[in-house]
Amino acid sequence: MARTLINVPTNAKRGDVIEIRALLQHPMETGYRPDLNGKLLARDIVRRFACSWSDGASVEPVFSAELYPAIAANPYFSFYFVAASGTLTFTWEGDNGFAQTETAALKVT
Amino acid sequence: MAADLDGGNGSKQRGRRPRQGRSNRSNGSGATLPSRNRRALLLASASLPLTLALSRASLAQLPDELMAAVRKYTGGKPVQSGKVSFDIASIVENGNSVPATVSVESPMSQADFVKSIAIFNEKNPQRDVVVAKFGPRSGRARMSTRIRLATSQKLIAVAEMSDGSYTSHAVDVIVALAACIE
Repeated sequence: MARTLINVPTNAKRGDVIEIRALLQHPMETGYRPDLNGKLLARDIVRRFACSWSDGASVEPVFSAELYPAIAANPYFSFYFVAASGTLTFTWEGDNGFAQTETAALKVT
Repeated sequence: MAADLDGGNGSKQRGRRPRQGRSNRSNGSGATLPSRNRRALLLASASLPLTLALSRASLAQLPDELMAAVRKYTGGKPVQSGKVSFDIASIVENGNSVPATVSVESPMSQADFVKSIAIFNEKNPQRDVVVAKFGPRSGRARMSTRIRLATSQKLIAVAEMSDGSYTSHAVDVIVALAACIE
């Protein structure tokens, strides 16, 4: 499992627009870079990142992104969310069957 | 540029002087030199703000290949400029990881919101950089990420609005240290 860093504010009020930041440790090998012998290294990137919110009853998309090799290593995204109590689910999918899911609980007052 | 302006101006006003003579004289201490240099400097400094203003690329002057990638995203619909703000350093020290932020002026209500934002580049091996989608829960049409830049080039951020229109912001960046091939 790759390491992730997820930052969700802890003291948000209901309805506040809050910033959510998510970073995944991943090389994002472009497929255009030669190794020491001049052979191209195979592409290995994260192709999709998505964040959804669920309050137990329904699941709603918050943000999603399609990634291309021009995204830097350790893909980082920051985006916004109208705060509401529930669970935020972060998923990353990529080459070579890469898949990772992380969750973060969000409690608003 | 200053040399061009100097030459052009000088030859107009001092037509009697032959061309070769001028270049030889430029290192000497001729009495006319200081005034000519001052004029050149004035001209150069007057045109400086214009050059800076042009460094933010306009839509019409973007290369065809880049616009083809944009058309693929918009489905051939016209793209306006405005409303979108693409924040990226205009001089980048290291192309391996360049922070980029795109924000769009939008109330993000159920009736009027930003559906997606895409970034395209001119000179990386692939034109696409990222396509981000927003939902009614997003609250603000703003995203940040870090991108790779192979060389100095133009970039464009295009936003798709809920009414099906597209708007954009194009920028020029100068990259000092390029990313290892994208």
